[in-house]
Amino acid sequence: MRRMRGIAAAIAEAVDQEMASDPAVVVLGEDVTYWGAVFGFSMGLLQKYGRDRVVDTPITEQTFMGMAVGAAAVGLRPVVSLMFVDFLGAGFDQMFNHMAKNHYMSGGQMAMPVTVLTAVGGGYGDAAQHSQVLYGLFAHLPGFKVVVPATAYDAKGLTTSALRDSNPVVVFGHKLLTGLPFLPFEGTEEEVPEEPYTVELGRAAIRREGGDLTMVAAGLMVHRCLRAAERLASEGVSAEVVDVRTLVPLDAQTLAASARKTGRVLIVDEDYQSYGMSGELAFRIQASAFGALRAPIRRLAVPDVPIPFSEPLEQAVIPSVDRICEEARALLGTTAVAPSS
Amino acid sequence: MWKPEPSDTDLRYLVEQDQLTADDLLQAYRAMCLIRAFEEAIAERYAVGKTPQFDMASGPIRGEMHLAVGQEAVAVGVCPLLKAEDVVVSTHRPHHHALAKGVDPGRLAAEIFGRETGLCRGKGGHMHLFDRERNFACSGIVGASFPQAAGAAFAFRHRGEPRVAVAFAGEGAANHGTFAETLNAAALWQLPLVIVIEDNLYADSTPKWAGLAQPHQFQRALGYNIPAALVDGMDVMDVRRAARRAIEDARQGRGPSVIEAVCYRYRGHFEGDAQEYRTEEEVGRWRALDPISRLRGRLRRLGWADDHRLAQVEAEARGEATAAVAFAERSPLPQPREALVGVFR
Repeated sequence: MRRMRGIAAAIAEAVDQEMASDPAVVVLGEDVTYWGAVFGFSMGLLQKYGRDRVVDTPITEQTFMGMAVGAAAVGLRPVVSLMFVDFLGAGFDQMFNHMAKNHYMSGGQMAMPVTVLTAVGGGYGDAAQHSQVLYGLFAHLPGFKVVVPATAYDAKGLTTSALRDSNPVVVFGHKLLTGLPFLPFEGTEEEVPEEPYTVELGRAAIRREGGDLTMVAAGLMVHRCLRAAERLASEGVSAEVVDVRTLVPLDAQTLAASARKTGRVLIVDEDYQSYGMSGELAFRIQASAFGALRAPIRRLAVPDVPIPFSEPLEQAVIPSVDRICEEARALLGTTAVAPSS
Repeated sequence: MWKPEPSDTDLRYLVEQDQLTADDLLQAYRAMCLIRAFEEAIAERYAVGKTPQFDMASGPIRGEMHLAVGQEAVAVGVCPLLKAEDVVVSTHRPHHHALAKGVDPGRLAAEIFGRETGLCRGKGGHMHLFDRERNFACSGIVGASFPQAAGAAFAFRHRGEPRVAVAFAGEGAANHGTFAETLNAAALWQLPLVIVIEDNLYADSTPKWAGLAQPHQFQRALGYNIPAALVDGMDVMDVRRAARRAIEDARQGRGPSVIEAVCYRYRGHFEGDAQEYRTEEEVGRWRALDPISRLRGRLRRLGWADDHRLAQVEAEARGEATAAVAFAERSPLPQPREALVGVFR
């Protein structure tokens, strides 16, 4: 055990330890050597494994995603960096039409042990093409496992699980949780074991117990919900915070159990509001806990606009601790009518 | 690129140069006949239930159908030179490559018919064929084969295995960004990759002159310092000559190659294509260059097979194609519950 600040070093350590034990693991992507894939997910690997296993690719998302598909089909276990998730537009065909489908389309013949590491999220002024999270898009398409770590412990354990999985797994690391010196940090320092370990995909985590309402979130929003819960506690409100951890596979049971316990649910999501995680989770929760709900489920997500650049505009769309508290108060005062959206 | 038919003297010279035996050419003849018979048998069964009103969803074979009649020499000039462990990544028009790579015709046909006994148990269909044992894959997305074959080649080079990956693609796909991207990556890392551009003159309905700023792909390859050959895609010997060198180079660690094979598809882009974009006269001119007839003539001129032997080979090929289709048609359809399994392993 030692203290670790942020998820970037934890993800890099997971990749490092898997590379040490499995020669089939190779890292591909832009700037994965000196810059550690920019957001640190491959830092230190060049020095240990050299350019044969840590491969800087040309800036060609379609081609290096396709290469991962072809390499995985003959037994490599590629770890591919998609520097910003926003760049998927340049490589998505190979991801959703091939990486996600070849196992199914081949009748189970082609395993696709690919891990994609990608940096997501806004809040630091990078605007519409470098601030999205987009995990809902991947979760929507059958064939991807979708992992959104909120803590360093989870980041290492979930990434190790991803690398050992025989399916395509996309790990969405939030930039404001990386712990890198050039970005704000909203996570917490914590103890992380030095030895390899896994965190099972498909298990949500109760981050804080409470009785008055349940807040459900992933990634950075877990931390903002925890801060909101802290503030609400001083107002006499007891909020439970559930970290979804993996959108696919989804631990709907834990979400529903918490909803049954508190009777009130607020879903907080940094993805776009419509047709995304918030709507899906609300559906799953009401489907099995409808009778226990004391108010309509509320959600707070990015309204359906691109992420704007200017600070007051950006803060107006990405859920903040203040707005989470407001939504929670509204939920507690809400009766059966007037859902927020 | 049509090249003149060799005289008897030149034919003997070429055969000697290429170290071709009677057996090599008879096998190539048989393989091309099998593909022709297979594609024609599929065309016949595909048409059932689709006249007078063409409805893609009716009849024993549903969906789109892209056949390779006329393009046999490209597949047979390349794939039989590969080993089972070499990888082929093909396109939306994949049957000829699959058969030439040794994929079982019965299981191939069964997949085309959506049967449980198909290569992919009915989950892939005609544009999404996978055979792990034969190291064959394809994609219905234009331009998708380049990076996937490069990825396999990357894995081979990485592990130091003397294996080769081949990407087939049309001249239309050569306009896709993945072609340029893959040429760069393959040259950069000297991957054991052979890219075969199967130029049949039309990207769907778009003639070459309307879609390509310059007509030849070998020029693009040379821009990345990749050796490239322009071959007569209607001549299996010409294709094979270039393929042998390219495959050998790749296997010996001398990096990638591009083969541009100019050929022609006799049938539409898809079955049901009205083909307003070309004339029957043009199709007829290319049929005069038919790769199967040309090889047949050469086998006779070389004295390596007489009419009786050739007819025997043709009958065998037809029999194999008929048996494959019959196997498919008597195979059961998959159970509906099968649709819900296999997303993850």
